[in-house]
Amino acid sequence: MKKTIDYKQLLKNNGILIVFLLICVVLSFLSPYFFTTNNILNIIRQTSIYGIIAVGMTFVILTGGIDLSVGSILALSGAIAAGMMKNQGAAPLVAALVAILVGAGIGLINGLLVTIGKIAPFVVTLGMVTIARGLTLIYTKGYPISGFSPEFRYLGGGYILGIPVPVIVFIAMVALAWFILNHTRLGRYTYAIGGNEETVKLSGINVKFYKSMVYVIVGIMSSFSALILSARLNSAEAVAGQGYELDVIAAVVIGGTSLSGGRGSIIGTLIGALLIGTINNGMNLLGISPYFQQVVKGALIIGAVILDRLRAESN
Amino acid sequence: MEPLLRMSGISKSFPGVRALSDVSFDLMKGELHALVGENGAGKSTLMKILSGLYKADEGDLYLRGEKVTSTGLAEMIRQGVGVIYQELNLIPYLSVSENIFLGREPRTKVGTIDWPKMHAMTEEVLKPFKLDIKPKQQVMSLGAAYQQIIEIAKALSLKAEILVMDEPTAALTGNEVDRLFEIIGELKDNGVSIIYISHRLEEVHLLADRITILRDGERVITKKRGEMSNDEMIKYMVGRVLEEQYPQYDSKAGEVVLEVKALTKKGICDNVSFQARSGEILGFVGLVGAGRTEIMQTIYGYRKMDSGEILLRGKPVVIRNCQDAVMKGIGLIPEERKQQGLILGMSVFDNAALSVLDLYSTLGVLHRSKINDEVNSMVDSMNIKTPSVKQLVVNLSGGNQQKVVLAKWFIRHCDVYIFDEPTRGIDVGAKVEIYRLMQNLAKRGAAVIMISSELPEVMNISDRIAVVFEGRIVKQFKKGELNDEQVMEYSLGLHERRRA
Repeated sequence: MKKTIDYKQLLKNNGILIVFLLICVVLSFLSPYFFTTNNILNIIRQTSIYGIIAVGMTFVILTGGIDLSVGSILALSGAIAAGMMKNQGAAPLVAALVAILVGAGIGLINGLLVTIGKIAPFVVTLGMVTIARGLTLIYTKGYPISGFSPEFRYLGGGYILGIPVPVIVFIAMVALAWFILNHTRLGRYTYAIGGNEETVKLSGINVKFYKSMVYVIVGIMSSFSALILSARLNSAEAVAGQGYELDVIAAVVIGGTSLSGGRGSIIGTLIGALLIGTINNGMNLLGISPYFQQVVKGALIIGAVILDRLRAESN
Repeated sequence: MEPLLRMSGISKSFPGVRALSDVSFDLMKGELHALVGENGAGKSTLMKILSGLYKADEGDLYLRGEKVTSTGLAEMIRQGVGVIYQELNLIPYLSVSENIFLGREPRTKVGTIDWPKMHAMTEEVLKPFKLDIKPKQQVMSLGAAYQQIIEIAKALSLKAEILVMDEPTAALTGNEVDRLFEIIGELKDNGVSIIYISHRLEEVHLLADRITILRDGERVITKKRGEMSNDEMIKYMVGRVLEEQYPQYDSKAGEVVLEVKALTKKGICDNVSFQARSGEILGFVGLVGAGRTEIMQTIYGYRKMDSGEILLRGKPVVIRNCQDAVMKGIGLIPEERKQQGLILGMSVFDNAALSVLDLYSTLGVLHRSKINDEVNSMVDSMNIKTPSVKQLVVNLSGGNQQKVVLAKWFIRHCDVYIFDEPTRGIDVGAKVEIYRLMQNLAKRGAAVIMISSELPEVMNISDRIAVVFEGRIVKQFKKGELNDEQVMEYSLGLHERRRA
């Protein structure tokens, strides 16, 4: 009797993981190429571009906020790094640092507008979508900036011990985020603010500071992703990252983080991101039309939220 | 005579807890039957079964002598059961009419809302209450008492024959309580039966025809009014004899820790000055809305002051926000436990540790084991009843939730503790424990400030008492210098009228 309850609990708490594993098993049978080292690394590498942003987005959504401007931050910081290397001849490391500062800066503006300006995150970042995109177009004049040094391209195409560099960056970010969320004040306050902001404020905690920080984090993550994407494509374009916010938010939500804040985990986001990547990959392998793929992805997001709702209600 | 409602042999379990076991309860037509017991005794669970929110594991429910087989919220409303919850469930931005007829608005022929008809129906429903409420008025603009009455009106408009009232006076002031009691009397005269849940035993004695006491999910006793004294009731509720409702201790008032000089904020408080000393409990009484909470929130930096001065141990300080206040050694335990004191979806551990993460971290990285030790020993020493510190606070009883809020502040050693209604909605046993905890803080040398709307509590627990009326301190006195009536006169502002 006790055992069956445990299985139920297991199923409830790890629903998405089980769905993910099931899909992997099914795809392995349907396509002999699916379960090869090459393909698996490929999936994770593709996932890592938006997965890294999803790591940052997890922080924002845990506080009960949202950031729609991640795709535009990606484009702007990628373009600035590219421009510095191509036009000013800056070293890749310097260009990368500046790109990260740009991402952090825009995140900070978002955060301050939300906390000090008291504007809803949806509105602030919706505005920032076009502002950052516009700045990118002004900076690039609409032309792609291409042709980087091999050192920089290593970030997108290199391997360390047979593992693609983007995958290493992604996993490192997940590990770092896990540590921050569970072992630092910033992390615990992130959960607490999403749980009940008023209580946190009355407990004498600087809510404005910590809430601003989560937007800085997602800004930085967007810049990391920008660097990897430009390195991989050997080009930075003003239209880069368009629509990424949807995949990013989807990964976080599929991973079980509640859009109203306070509840969720970085491991969930990792699985959510991998799930989206795997389904994209699997559908490509099976030759399913890209039009139909969109329908599946949308259904997946809604399904994940239903699963989450069922879990919340049964508790 | 067959009772209007009979619940027999009701049992209900939740994972890990047996909330009710074999409880029987009945209600006659036109009767007020009080349901009394400590938090966690099972009163709410029993009422949730009656309202159709929960399904009983065992036992039967009979209405007008007939067994009710299909329960469920809609079915029970149709059967004439109306429940007025402690947390009012009105929609603040909608009008009185819309709230009363929510979901059953009268329609015109084309299907739009028939406003004139709805307003007329609302007038009709509100008429017996003889109140100055307009159907078009926003509910937000009404006080707690009027909101309560709208809930009652709503239930009656649904043809409720059985009204369940859960702590209806918790948020009401003296006059409002009197008005509510009059209305309850009228309802009974009209044949409405009422189940009345309250922690205030005086009310129960005053109103109830019969009293049933629950303890740990079991029915202890049912008696007619007048057959039980207060002491007996308390004994049945807690299952043991409480040595004293208000524990005594030797206070040793020391130096002035907090001094407030001429604190003024327009519309909230006017020229408020007082001193809080180390080792004493300073009580703040006054009517709900007199501004006690707001005064404390202003001191705590939650609201900005217009003018005035705050001194800590003789030194003037500037408190711009709550963080400043905490850094300078002031802790505030807010009135609204669930909205302001706790993060319900997080664990006991996370809640209790919230105020000290800055003390136990290096460069933002937490010293988990140290925090663990602190929280665990606090949970033990405060006797918080929870299976583990990982339990979510939403699953704890009210008294234990309040203890978690206190634990959060006790772990951080403050010089000044401000308690805002620390015992609201908490059972007798837990109240005594909270008094003792406050006294221990005072013994430890802290200055303790307590706001309370329960006069006996303030009069017995405080060493000094300040009376607030319309944002001003109108009287300060030492314990025992004034009696209850005199304090009420000051709270109501009668002393000024007399002088004038």
